Amino acid sequence: MARRVFTGATLVLVAMMLFAVALAMRPFGEPPSAMDDYIIQNTQEVTGANSAVAAVVFDWRGYDTLGEATVLFTAFTGVAMLLRRRKDESG
Amino acid sequence: MMSIIVRTMTRLVTPAVLIFGLYVIMHGHVTVGGGFQGGAVFASAAALLLAAFGSERIREHLKLPDLTVISCVGALLFAGLAFGGLGKTFFYNFLVGSPLFGHVPEFGPTHEDIWTGGVIAPMNIGVALNVVAGLGAIMLLMALASRNKGDKE
Repeated sequence: MARRVFTGATLVLVAMMLFAVALAMRPFGEPPSAMDDYIIQNTQEVTGANSAVAAVVFDWRGYDTLGEATVLFTAFTGVAMLLRRRKDESG
Repeated sequence: MMSIIVRTMTRLVTPAVLIFGLYVIMHGHVTVGGGFQGGAVFASAAALLLAAFGSERIREHLKLPDLTVISCVGALLFAGLAFGGLGKTFFYNFLVGSPLFGHVPEFGPTHEDIWTGGVIAPMNIGVALNVVAGLGAIMLLMALASRNKGDKE
């Protein structure tokens, strides 16, 4: 019973938080920071890329993408290490 | 191995999926998409082939050592291009203004020009190689590991 009450209270709390965030959302196309304006104004001139998203991912925040690629590479290495074929196994 | 209907549809659909994945990869710096997304589309074709034809048949064409080499080459291309900008700073876009992918578009919505983006375009290709080979090898390894002994599929 106590567990159910706890679950329900948690759900209500999360729903209230989501509604608060949704109501506090800024109108579309009016972000509060100055950084996105800077990126929109300067992406084409500085990086030469028309796609600002690709420019953010690979140029402005390229270090982050290096980490993502490394995560994928590490996952591949781990799977290959775990599921490798053993010598005594023919299949 | 699945029924002949699935196999025939896979034969028809796979080339289109591969071409679309290649398009998303190559146009990552011009339109939406990029190396990760296009690589995932490309690898989904491998998933389709694995589901339709079975891992025993696919492993004859997709060799794991080759996939490992491709994945490593992609990761090294990406990291090497990042190091290429070290004259100024790590991840500096040193290809802007050069003949290779060096065109700078005008401000605002412009016509599509594939020779833009500087270092972003080859980085997309490197990441795509990494993702395609990595995801393909992971799926192949898991399919091979999960098949039953003596099962003809």
